[in-house]
Amino acid sequence: MPEIQLPPSLQGVEPVRSVRTPARLDYTFTPGEATSRFLKGITQKKIIGQRATPDSRVYVPPRGADPELGAATPIEVEVAQVGTVTSFCVVNLQFYGSGMEIPYTSALILLDGADLSIMHLIQEIPADQVRVGMRVEAVWRDDADIEPTLESIKWFRPTGEPDDVNVRIPGEIRGTGLGSWPGGVAPTELTVRNPRTGLGGTAEFGGEG
Amino acid sequence: MRDIAVISFAQTPGRRSVPELNEVEMLMPAIHGALEQVDMTIDDIGFTCSGSTDYLAGTAFSFVSTLDGVGPWPPIQESHVEMDGAWALYEAWVKLQLGELDTALVYAYAKSSPGDLPMVLTRQLDPITVAPLWADSVSLAALQARALLDSGKATEADMATVAARSRKDAMDNPNAQLAWDRPASELLTDGYHIAPLRKSDCPPVTDGAACIILAAGDVARSKVERPAWIRGIDHRVEPIHLGLRDLTVSESTRIAADKAGVAEGKVDVAELHAPFSHQELILVDALGLDSETSINPSGGALAANAMMTAGLIRIGEVANRISNGSADRGVAHATSGPCLQQNLVTVLEGDA
Repeated sequence: MPEIQLPPSLQGVEPVRSVRTPARLDYTFTPGEATSRFLKGITQKKIIGQRATPDSRVYVPPRGADPELGAATPIEVEVAQVGTVTSFCVVNLQFYGSGMEIPYTSALILLDGADLSIMHLIQEIPADQVRVGMRVEAVWRDDADIEPTLESIKWFRPTGEPDDVNVRIPGEIRGTGLGSWPGGVAPTELTVRNPRTGLGGTAEFGGEG
Repeated sequence: MRDIAVISFAQTPGRRSVPELNEVEMLMPAIHGALEQVDMTIDDIGFTCSGSTDYLAGTAFSFVSTLDGVGPWPPIQESHVEMDGAWALYEAWVKLQLGELDTALVYAYAKSSPGDLPMVLTRQLDPITVAPLWADSVSLAALQARALLDSGKATEADMATVAARSRKDAMDNPNAQLAWDRPASELLTDGYHIAPLRKSDCPPVTDGAACIILAAGDVARSKVERPAWIRGIDHRVEPIHLGLRDLTVSESTRIAADKAGVAEGKVDVAELHAPFSHQELILVDALGLDSETSINPSGGALAANAMMTAGLIRIGEVANRISNGSADRGVAHATSGPCLQQNLVTVLEGDA
């Protein structure tokens, strides 16, 4: 590195060791077609998933595309307001933007009739009693407070039904993709059924293994 | 070099704003359109590569959710560039050069409208010394235009001629957002937007998407009658600090054009990614083009300028003209960064 010659006016001045350059950008967010339809359903206290074809997976909340088929999801399917906890975490840290009293439980809930878990809160049960397989139901805000947001469901609470012992995390057999492929081996067309061509995969797991 | 061709190109019409759709919803017609034109599905594609940036819509990891529109399951070979899709096409071209795959799907999209675009684009500037000044993209282009005018290489009338010709040509382009017929002399009577730029010298803010399919050798020949072969492709970048560059020339374009072999034959058509009118003048000079070449018959980026997409569209517009026989050899140019910082040049040819 060449020696840097500072101009006289900067010599002997305390060097700048860091600089803060705050930035803020404001956006007008629109949810898009599929999510708008979903949120309109919420205003009627309905949870409406979407699918691409009569046989394909039901996505809740829908984002507009079926990632297996690479297709739009025009077909609406109302799913149950009851589902099964597929995973959860107990939050013990207060963080910015959260008004929740700790500890609380955030969970992935697979609603009956859906193929994708939604993330929501579990309440009306001590955090240390929440478990995978537990059956839960939606608790809505008062009718006057229903808005086009998933927060119109205040939380989910236990139904008291027996646990679903066969609960499966969608994709658990073939791995979640987050470094947890079974045996450390990523799925390929040889091990995973191609949802478009119907080829590949092992029959034992419905083509998913 | 392996023979690689553009065999399909689809784009959505450029629009000022597409608020009723999210990004993947806006993108899917382009992807599906490009696949259907050549009777292919994602299962026929060896490599997928996309260009976009989450800053535009302010949606984190939007490039992951837009991949849903492809159908990436079982896992596919895929990549993404935080750049114009033209650079995604370059990556795909390199991938196909390796010889193990024969086809690639390249797409790009932008919802440029949700934010204040000239302000959003300040985030690509040097983060220590320039970005904190919030030097917006139009003002920086105006600095460049002023330098060009002061150099004596061009006049405001030259700029107005580019603006008028582009919008008039755009009247024949169904995907153009901005198309009108006003003589250059009339444009010069308009007031300045950011001097010396008039509104007519500036691109529209555009939401849109585009998709190109590449194929190698016999696969390309089996899919289309007249593939648009990529005979040369090269890209070069200049320093991020504007003060280190002569803004009145585009040295990176000149080098890329030389490496891509632009001068090795007659250029029937050139689609130049020049968002501002004066930039076309700089690019024509850097590419060594003359009046033999039809420049931006689509209207170019002055007619529709979906960020991260308009460069890829330039390649598609040239490829279409080669595939339909209206041109035998063409040049497509894409740019990225402020004041033509980074430039990519592609030479496309049809079979004789």
